[in-house]
Amino acid sequence: MNPVPDPVLSVRGLHVTFGSEAGPVRAVRGVDFDLYPGRTLGIVGESGSGKSVTSLAVMGLLPDTAAVSGSIRLGGAELVGLGDRELSAVRGRDIGMVFQDPLSSLTPIYTVGDQLVEAMRIHRDISRAAARTRAVELLELVGIPDPGRRVRSFPHEFSGGMRQRMMIAMAIANDPKVIIADEPTTALDVTVQAQVLDVLRLARDETGAAVVLVTHDLGVVAGTADDVLVMYAGRPVETAPVQELFDAPRMPYTIGLLAAVPRVDAVTRRPLVPVPGSPPSPVDLPPGCPFAGRCPVAVDDCRTAEPPLLPLPGSDAHATACLRTGEIVDGRIGGAPVFTVPDVPDTGPGGPGGRSEREPVLSVEHLRRTFPLMTGSLIRRRVGTVHAVADVDLDIRRGETLGLVGESGCGKTTTLLELMNLRAPEGGRIRIAGTDVARVRGRAELTALRREIQIVFQDPMGALDPRMTVADILAEPLRAAGRSGRARIAARVDELMAMVGLDPAHAERFPAAFSGGQRQRIGIARALATEPSLLVLDEPVSALDVSVQAGVLNLLAQLKRDLGLSYLFVAHDLSVVRHVADRVAVMYLGRIVESGSVAEVFGNPQHPYTRALLSAVPVPDPRVERTRERIVLTGDLPSPTGEQHGCAFLTRCPLARTLSATELERCRSEIPQLVVKDGAADSDADHRSACHQAHGS
Amino acid sequence: MNVPSTTPAAPTAPRRGRLALVWRRFRRGRAAVAGLVVFAALVLFTLLGGLLTPYTHTAVDFTALTQGPSMEHPFGTTAGGNDVYAQAVHGLQRSLVIAVTVSLLTTAIGAVVGSGAAYLGGGRAWGRRGERAVLGVVHFLMVVPAFLILSLASQWGSGDYRVLIVALTALSWMTGARLVWTVATTLREREYVLAARFMGVPGPAIVLRHLIPNIGSLLIVSFTLTVVAVVQAETALSFIGFGVQVPDVSLGTMLADGSASMTTAPWLLTVPATLLLLTTVSLALVGDGLRDALDPTSQAGGRA
Repeated sequence: MNPVPDPVLSVRGLHVTFGSEAGPVRAVRGVDFDLYPGRTLGIVGESGSGKSVTSLAVMGLLPDTAAVSGSIRLGGAELVGLGDRELSAVRGRDIGMVFQDPLSSLTPIYTVGDQLVEAMRIHRDISRAAARTRAVELLELVGIPDPGRRVRSFPHEFSGGMRQRMMIAMAIANDPKVIIADEPTTALDVTVQAQVLDVLRLARDETGAAVVLVTHDLGVVAGTADDVLVMYAGRPVETAPVQELFDAPRMPYTIGLLAAVPRVDAVTRRPLVPVPGSPPSPVDLPPGCPFAGRCPVAVDDCRTAEPPLLPLPGSDAHATACLRTGEIVDGRIGGAPVFTVPDVPDTGPGGPGGRSEREPVLSVEHLRRTFPLMTGSLIRRRVGTVHAVADVDLDIRRGETLGLVGESGCGKTTTLLELMNLRAPEGGRIRIAGTDVARVRGRAELTALRREIQIVFQDPMGALDPRMTVADILAEPLRAAGRSGRARIAARVDELMAMVGLDPAHAERFPAAFSGGQRQRIGIARALATEPSLLVLDEPVSALDVSVQAGVLNLLAQLKRDLGLSYLFVAHDLSVVRHVADRVAVMYLGRIVESGSVAEVFGNPQHPYTRALLSAVPVPDPRVERTRERIVLTGDLPSPTGEQHGCAFLTRCPLARTLSATELERCRSEIPQLVVKDGAADSDADHRSACHQAHGS
Repeated sequence: MNVPSTTPAAPTAPRRGRLALVWRRFRRGRAAVAGLVVFAALVLFTLLGGLLTPYTHTAVDFTALTQGPSMEHPFGTTAGGNDVYAQAVHGLQRSLVIAVTVSLLTTAIGAVVGSGAAYLGGGRAWGRRGERAVLGVVHFLMVVPAFLILSLASQWGSGDYRVLIVALTALSWMTGARLVWTVATTLREREYVLAARFMGVPGPAIVLRHLIPNIGSLLIVSFTLTVVAVVQAETALSFIGFGVQVPDVSLGTMLADGSASMTTAPWLLTVPATLLLLTTVSLALVGDGLRDALDPTSQAGGRA
């Protein structure tokens, strides 16, 4: 190893405290790290772990109400205690920043070129023309096509991915020493995330800057970071080089976190290991290790004093804050696993008999939903049509989970709303539990059908009325379904609470008293109240932290087996879908482009879009993540307005470049239908894809 | 079940917790607390003040016409020999009853109409037409010359304060409805409203159970500030001779009486004017304090 260079950024004993009604919130309690040029430090942690506050403190962007102490030295100069004016001179020149939401980070009324020029001229003595030339170079560097023309565009003319590239261009405009990226890809779709992470890597290599990557996604860390800092309850609990952290985590929290993440490349389905409980409140932390309350191997000493972050013997790069770290080897302690793997049944497509013998719970054929595009405020006129759902077929049998995947804007949500509305669709046919929705007449029939299909929403906060007790929330669907009798409803409420793993004695509390995972369990209990046969799960775990997500996924598997439920599981996270679904349907721009069993679609994807999607999902394993081949799609999802004539994916298709003129012509003029691959074995009979080139037919 | 059961993190009773929090925030506003104390004192005055004097507001003391404050008549007497103290007790009570009743009614009507319209607008095509129709009526009534109609209505009702209540309510519920509608249009997009709809909960139940309770804080604040507005409107009407009429007494009629003899018998004007000022200012302070206490994002309330 070369002689160790001086760190560009050195943080020592960083503490951040906010005031609140309940008392001081100690958001960050002693963070130390050094950042070296050209290296990426990944800070991971769950919500509330203090990772974002740490990065904001380094940038000096915390509000005045935050009390910051400790030391942040940038190239030898102390930043803590500087006024806003002095910090502004550093920010943007020595520290480049990339935030989660690129739209609100750019001023809408100036062109991106003007904003780049301004960013340079504030900090450097550079002529307008030179800055302009440099701006075009920067845009080209971050991969914005036709930079000479796009430099005159406004931010709203850019897509989300392009805006984030633009932010990176701005961050590196002044050759910063440090780039801080706070959840830079969280708001983006996976295919775009892959592009942006590539650009971030490129930016680091071009400028030689050190990068701080704050994220909750272990897959992103595995692919991008060199060193990792795991935070919990405001403190680093483990830090190590990325490979070592993933190979040999030594702190129980890290072990739990890694075991809780589903993997998109997992061939066999292993039960996920949930970390029980939820993080302590940062207001009154218990004495001792903050993780002790959730740690399966905590001993009495853990509860008396908080263990310091100490390097492991024989390795100064790997440090943990755990008393028992010396006993933990390979995720096991004294020969037994730190976390016991829960006994969750493998929920293959349930029920006796083959798939075709089981009755269909939901069947959707050629579903179509369009929205008029209106203009004019006084005289409204129609100028176009948005084909939100162009042609969707779904088929779910009893006891089966269908995963519906696709990027944002592909029409997933519209499809769900069409199902839940229980009205005759604009085009096509919906049958729920054998009943054609268009034929439902009268209130009684509608109520009966409503009981069959229920929905669980994404946001556990917004889906529960904050002013109702949990008991009232759970009783509401029962009353709506015409159940009566106070005692019977109360008994059912208790039963539902127990079913989702909550204490029935807590039913009189309000949603605010529960954690995110518990609220999602309440949402599931509410959906189950009327004993539906089909549960629509709209991104049910995407708002949850991974350690909590595992518990909810295991619960869903359990309920499915116990109650014989069918799920329509909508998610953008393919790892989760691979973990829970029996069958998958991939959606692109209002159409299903591929469907089939999970093993088939993930193991042997036919459609080029599915392939690209799968290769873009980060895998939480640095070795796999850095060696596997990637299909990076160019561009973003096109707009779903206007009539389609050919394959909707053609604009981004990686195959298109290799096609002959006649093949291309066919892709352009003929909408591909979902068909079974030629010469497929019988087991593949329902693996279909909609691509002219995939099956040579 | 081997699903790990979990216990809620905070075992406190949330409802009491929330009320206690609001109360703590409210107490922090010194002006709001002062307003509350003054207003409570005024209410006590209207309820119990009558016990401290042998006179009623209609009783005439022929031995004391237009007399200044004395032991017998602490606030003096009018030209007709009425005890000003007794009149003040009754007048303030009358004004407050009118204002509180009108505010309660307008807030209730505004809540139901506003959130009902918002709920309709979130539904099917006919619902959106219904919403537009309701809003049309609201907007039309907002530009009607309310003061003129009020004057005519109270003339026709020959000074009965109940007619005044009806007329004031009929012409002032729209502002509240418009306000509630704006807020409820964002609430109707919440997932719990969607969830209720997908469970088959009927529309009126969704409005009453999910929409209105969640704009409770808005309604409380709007109620307090409406009381102020109605006290002012009622006094103004009564002052110019409409509204409450003789022999009934309100702050407005007292002001009208007193304004004629401001230099010769100043107590006739000072007493009702002071009461009016105390009432409106104290309630406005309470309303402001409530808004800060209930709204976590407001400047004063969000501060730790």
